Amino acid sequence: MSRRRITALGPVGPAGSSAAAAEPDTLDADVLVLGGGPAGTWAALAAAGTGARVVLADKGFVGTSGAAAAGGNNLWYVPDEGDQRERAVLAREERGAHLTDRAWLRRLVAETWDRVGDLEAWGYPYPTDPAGRLRRSSLQGPEYMRLMRRQVLRAGVTVLDQSPAQGLVQDADGVVVGATGVQRQRGNAPWTVRAGAVVLATGGCAFLSGALGCNPDTGDGHLMAAELGAELSGMEFSSVYGMAPGFGAQTKGRMYQFATYYDGDRNPIDAAGFSGREVVARTLASGSPVYARLDLAPPELHDALRWSQPNFFLPYDKAGIDVFTDLFEVRLVLEGTVRGTGGLAVVGDGCETTVPGLYAAGDVATRELITGAVSGGGSHNGAWAISSGTWAGAAAASFARRRGAAARPTTGRGEATAGTGAPSSGAGRRGTTAPREVIRDVQAEVIPLERNLFRTEHGLRGSLARLDALWTDAVPDLDASTEPVKAREAAAMVAHARWMYRAALARPESRVIHRRDDHPDLDERLTHRIRVGGLDEVWTRPEVPVREEERAS
Amino acid sequence: MIELVSPSRCIDCNKCVEVCPTNVFDEVPGGHPVIARQQDCQTCFMCEAHCPTDALFVAPLADPAPEGSPYRNEDVLEAAGRLGEYREWIGWGKGRRPGSLRDRNGELTELARPHLPQRFQ
Repeated sequence: MSRRRITALGPVGPAGSSAAAAEPDTLDADVLVLGGGPAGTWAALAAAGTGARVVLADKGFVGTSGAAAAGGNNLWYVPDEGDQRERAVLAREERGAHLTDRAWLRRLVAETWDRVGDLEAWGYPYPTDPAGRLRRSSLQGPEYMRLMRRQVLRAGVTVLDQSPAQGLVQDADGVVVGATGVQRQRGNAPWTVRAGAVVLATGGCAFLSGALGCNPDTGDGHLMAAELGAELSGMEFSSVYGMAPGFGAQTKGRMYQFATYYDGDRNPIDAAGFSGREVVARTLASGSPVYARLDLAPPELHDALRWSQPNFFLPYDKAGIDVFTDLFEVRLVLEGTVRGTGGLAVVGDGCETTVPGLYAAGDVATRELITGAVSGGGSHNGAWAISSGTWAGAAAASFARRRGAAARPTTGRGEATAGTGAPSSGAGRRGTTAPREVIRDVQAEVIPLERNLFRTEHGLRGSLARLDALWTDAVPDLDASTEPVKAREAAAMVAHARWMYRAALARPESRVIHRRDDHPDLDERLTHRIRVGGLDEVWTRPEVPVREEERAS
Repeated sequence: MIELVSPSRCIDCNKCVEVCPTNVFDEVPGGHPVIARQQDCQTCFMCEAHCPTDALFVAPLADPAPEGSPYRNEDVLEAAGRLGEYREWIGWGKGRRPGSLRDRNGELTELARPHLPQRFQ
């Protein structure tokens, strides 16, 4: 394998262009970013802005990959006027059931505001209000991520599209110094990037449920990090489902605030009040279909709604359904830790993970600090992607600079994945278990509402027994010879489900999105975050209690 | 799921192969790209958004459309104006303005308030 410096190559264009053909198997960089959704692109820009050489590798295509590109979102976007921000922070603490961190909330709201200013400067086509001022809080996915791709290329970042990472590389000191992966449109040819630091921005895990834009998000980054001992947090907050058409899986939820719901006999379901969504979920879990109609939206609003979220209406339009006048079937689709809050624990202001040289941004990181036990939805998660990406990119660049090129001796990546039973990248290991079979088996444990949304100790233990058996027996026997990326995804999903349910057992209470039918009330004694980790042996332990200042308020 | 690569519209630019976040298409030397792994399609419509000639149709279904479905019939889709529909909404393509300029998502809370029951206020 040849090792060339990427500075000699310049930015790599789209696959199929002449520049892409010159990609070597091995690249050197100061900062390697894995995952090219919002968090990854913001991280790449922040690192490149310090003068670092940056490589950005995405499983799919930077510009379409990830939940934001397909979905779009409003941002948690609060002006620095009067006490608006402080009130927003306190409101979030309340909604997040006091698992948030006030200092992180404050810096999040400030950082996001400033970075949105960058988007304006780069020419994002914002709408204007009647006074001619830009309305900057909503980002439409395709437009936003096309712009981010352009900015990343302009900043001189080397972009590797369709290049899923398969494992991290660690040096003799235990510092992360790169990653390996495959080029899935080039016969899964291997790639290696040696770097001074690595930012993981690979997204959450929605278990290939089909939730809008979420199928690239299979928890690959969590697995790679856990193979090096990284700790996770908030994994019990992983039971978020999005409303979707009965025939599809496009989880754009906000328009359903205008819905009236009906049961299988077309009788209205009393879904009023905060438990409305739960009534719908329980009806579905009982095996009855649920129908909806957006009859609370008056005709004068229809046009504004369509222009606000064209991708909500698109599937219904294609199916010939008028959502304002027709009754149509809906279902709930798992969004897992994409819209849940669990992920890699971050232990410093630069989004450091518990593994040196490894940073986490966006949905791969825990969002408990900024949204606690409630889903961050698009707005908090979108703001988190921008801000955590910016912090992680800058911190990784600074770490790489401090450590210097001299401290980059390398060891084989075999060492990095030792003992995990996960198939190594590019090895084409031939097992007898088909990855897609394992994926179906994991989905059977995490997708049904009665297993994941309405949790009980009995149900969780049953699922864990089957998931542990998958980890012990099926994962080491995965056939990685034909679909190495799928094999890795299967292993990642098994690991993810085991962390989720082990953490769910450690929280015998109900707290916002984590619901235990055998413990329906919130237990004040459990107002602390829960760390989880491990692969062969999964462990949990309570994190240091949330600071006293916040408990007292 | 993706159901159609229109042979009459496709110009073999392979943009769909390049941009698909779940790697559903395969390039074919000297021919149109093919839907090689339909089961991996996540129905995100991103290929439709990026196709410069509106040659693709992604059915709204989470599973493959059955044999004989109108979702697989180019003539029906063409006549119904279903090709290039998403690109029109987002305002991509020559002579169009970005749909985001008309985005009212940011004011939705205020717009909705008078029309919703107490629970959303």
